[in-house]
Amino acid sequence: MTTVSDTLPDPAELASSVAEGKRPALATALNLLDDRRPEARKIAARYLALLAGKRQATRSHLIGITGPPGAGKSSLTSALIPIWRNRGLRVGILAVDPSSPISGGALLGDRLRMKTSFDDEGVFIRSLAGRGEQGGLSAEVWPMCLSMLATFDITVIETVGVGQSEIDIAKMSDTTCFVAQPGSGDSIQFLKAGIMEIPHILVVNKEDMGAAARKTLMDIRAATGREYSGEEWSVPVLSVSSTQGSGIEELAAQLDLHHDWLATRNLIEPRRRQFQAEWILKRLRQEFGSFGVAQLQTQLQTAHSGLDRLIGEGDSPFEQYESLRARLLTAWNRD
Amino acid sequence: MAPKPTTNDRPWLMRTYSGHTSASASNELYRMNLGKGQTGLSVAFDLPTQTGYDSDHPLARGEVGKVGVPINHLGDMEALFHEIPLERMNTSMTINATAPWLLALYVTTAERQGVNPAQLQGTTQNDILKEYLSRGTYIFPPEPSVRLVTDVITYTVEHIPKWNPTNVCSYHLQEAGATPVQELAYALSTATTILDAVRDSGQMDADSFTAVVGRISFFVNAGIRFIEETCKMRAFSAMWEQIVSQRYGVDDPKLQRFRYGVQVNSLGLTESQPENNVQRIVLEMLAVTLSKRARARAIQLPAWNEALGLPRPWDQQWALRMQQVLAFETDLLEYDDIFDGSPVIEAHVTELIEGAQTEMERVATQGGMVQAIESGYVKRELVTSHTERLRAIERGDLKIIGVNCFQETTESPLTSGSDSGIMKVDAKAEQEQIQSLQAFRASRSQAEVDTALSALRDAANNGDNIMHSSIQCARAGVTTGEWSEVLRKVFGEYRAPTGIDISAHDKGQSTAAEKIRDRVQKTGEELGRPLRLLIGKPGLDGHSNGAEQIAVKGRDVGFEIVYEGIRLTPKQIVRAAQEEGVHLIGLSILSGSHTGLVTEIALELKQAGLARLPLIIGGIIPEDDAEQLQAQGISAIYTPKNVDLNAIMADIVDIIRRHNGLEPFDQAI
Repeated sequence: MTTVSDTLPDPAELASSVAEGKRPALATALNLLDDRRPEARKIAARYLALLAGKRQATRSHLIGITGPPGAGKSSLTSALIPIWRNRGLRVGILAVDPSSPISGGALLGDRLRMKTSFDDEGVFIRSLAGRGEQGGLSAEVWPMCLSMLATFDITVIETVGVGQSEIDIAKMSDTTCFVAQPGSGDSIQFLKAGIMEIPHILVVNKEDMGAAARKTLMDIRAATGREYSGEEWSVPVLSVSSTQGSGIEELAAQLDLHHDWLATRNLIEPRRRQFQAEWILKRLRQEFGSFGVAQLQTQLQTAHSGLDRLIGEGDSPFEQYESLRARLLTAWNRD
Repeated sequence: MAPKPTTNDRPWLMRTYSGHTSASASNELYRMNLGKGQTGLSVAFDLPTQTGYDSDHPLARGEVGKVGVPINHLGDMEALFHEIPLERMNTSMTINATAPWLLALYVTTAERQGVNPAQLQGTTQNDILKEYLSRGTYIFPPEPSVRLVTDVITYTVEHIPKWNPTNVCSYHLQEAGATPVQELAYALSTATTILDAVRDSGQMDADSFTAVVGRISFFVNAGIRFIEETCKMRAFSAMWEQIVSQRYGVDDPKLQRFRYGVQVNSLGLTESQPENNVQRIVLEMLAVTLSKRARARAIQLPAWNEALGLPRPWDQQWALRMQQVLAFETDLLEYDDIFDGSPVIEAHVTELIEGAQTEMERVATQGGMVQAIESGYVKRELVTSHTERLRAIERGDLKIIGVNCFQETTESPLTSGSDSGIMKVDAKAEQEQIQSLQAFRASRSQAEVDTALSALRDAANNGDNIMHSSIQCARAGVTTGEWSEVLRKVFGEYRAPTGIDISAHDKGQSTAAEKIRDRVQKTGEELGRPLRLLIGKPGLDGHSNGAEQIAVKGRDVGFEIVYEGIRLTPKQIVRAAQEEGVHLIGLSILSGSHTGLVTEIALELKQAGLARLPLIIGGIIPEDDAEQLQAQGISAIYTPKNVDLNAIMADIVDIIRRHNGLEPFDQAI
């Protein structure tokens, strides 16, 4: 009997179709990247390597949207979609919801909050359960982002910010956008405490709430405001209302500005390489601990001068991970 | 001993909630029911009419004339009341989001019959807030919706003084799982939210506002625990009196009365041994009639076979006769209140009142009912209560005869007839309705329609009372879809919180659930990734309790659940299934439009290359249809008799296994 599970896709064909922007292929690729069986992992590694080879220097933009629960991240994302679609840009969204720590099950509700036109071929939404990685983003997110970037002009990762996930999201997005909840001091405490580097764009949503929203806006401006030198990205603090649609155009413009700012300084590719390196290191640290990683770094620094250069352009994160893993295991076996 | 009063209490209004196929078919049914001694009418509208679509809109496909009558325009409304003199009729209309529009059509129909609208008597349900919690026929966001509710209230108080402009519903809250305390708290919080909005709208002086307070009526549910339900009704009366006098300063006892109509409980009606529903319905009717001081003003009873499909005229007659026997054969109406002075009743009433007051305060601290709905709080509370109810049925703590105990039965002669004991809507009816709609559109003056619609748009934008321009639209021949579309453009559309994000129900959960969780996890490992289910509600049907409970249970046994709420097209469901990479799709359909929707979804799946994705359905699916659906490749069909959610979950795991070439566990949990 032929079954769905044993027909794993051909990696070359899959990479071509995803790069051509075919939706069913992207869906298949996301399933593959989620598949933890060893035979699937091998194909996934191959696929990512081939995809990296096909990826053109498009204007693809990876945007991270995060913030406390109830700040209106999904409705903000859905307010941005029509603006991008009117410009003819294709949009992919990766929405991460927490899993139940007890059952492992999850309710993936973000689609509901995105009032997009479902008949629009230019929008693709994939929900992902947090799957209990201590509040952080699960391992599949980065490879899935790479696939979406190959298909869409804009890829949004959206996640509720509770501790680790903000840090994770800032470590993989070209542009990180933090959405604050009016009337709650949490957001400001969070920023003040320096848990996360200041995001690239700060947004106070729900300006229709009036005084509470204005106060939060002023508090955030006070908490983050400083002089930026000419070489620095100057962080805007915006007031918007996703329900009334106000300020959304300005937000879209700021997102663009930040992308241009990175592009003119040739920062996009190096940053993504660094994100990939960190993704790989995180996986290695989970498997071998800090000691193992330190050992690996000592080893590698004989050959490489820095972490980001460790990752050669166009490589597959899975393949690199496997090769580093193999190296470490060999070293350990030798000792 | 108190003497018997010299005059008997007057019997309540007797109605049957009905309407189907077309305006003329429903008119025939109404006239037959009135001939049998029914004393009022209760109009059931079909889902497109309730959600503001014309019969030829793509979303209306398969739904026209199914759960009620399609009313597209003045011509339909006139046909519905053909030869029924409106000045002598008391008509209740179950209509909410489009209530101003259907009232405008009713008023215009009266004018055309030569009846002065000021004489009209009846009720528009017009309680939008509960639509966000149960039933789901809302269109616009809460704020403009509340404005439409208050527009109808202020209009009728001035122009149709005997009309009940809003029927605050606790009925649907109980159907969504509410306990008596929750029913009291949320219904009364809704009533104060609406009255506050009317008061603060500045549309009326103090005297008119007093009249409004007196016109607020309620629509209540009565469940099988009929002693407690009696206490609930007495609690309602006492609490309302207090609210009217203390919050609104109205002291006229007549205006403080808690006036309510009833439809008894449908949630507890069973598909297995459906004849038992007859005694359930009678006992539930006692709850709202026994206590004179808390007696219903109007009663409509469901038919015994509601859980099987659409009732036939004979089934409805049986329900009407139950009321007539109680009112005319028994001595009920000869006595004063038979519970006054009972310490047992008194104590339980007090307990309910205290519980309800605490919950009302909780809602008030959140800013009121609108805020508590928008935040998802109320819906989560209801989903939690409903989940607890289902768990109690599973454990056998809550007994349902013929369902989780005393299941043995001899074959019933009631359901073995050639029609299987239910009515079927003629499949041609939809096409005929569409043809008549298109002929109507061709016959009217487009210029008049455009003028009327633009006046409607202005009123919506300026905040003028929507009724005047709506009546102008009715006269000009505007359709339901056109009226709604103008307001959609002005107000926007809304999706309500689903309430399924409640905390896990693992406390004391059975080993059965744990066993399933292991199976889910093991199967996920074998297939390489966690098992994902898409729960979809296609069509216009907003009864989402079943879908929500499956979603919560699925999460609790370890599935990743994608649920997008109500009113999805087949295309939207298939796209979500593809984008989310689910292992199985579960559909929930209660409107009777399952055959058409399933065929369409199967076709869309094929076009998306997902033909092998297993599909299961839950809902009110008659047996003949179930066989046909199974022949079409549907993997499983669940109806109200499948109350064991663990068994359904175990089934789902096995269906996924079979579709992926794995051996099913095939063992009962």
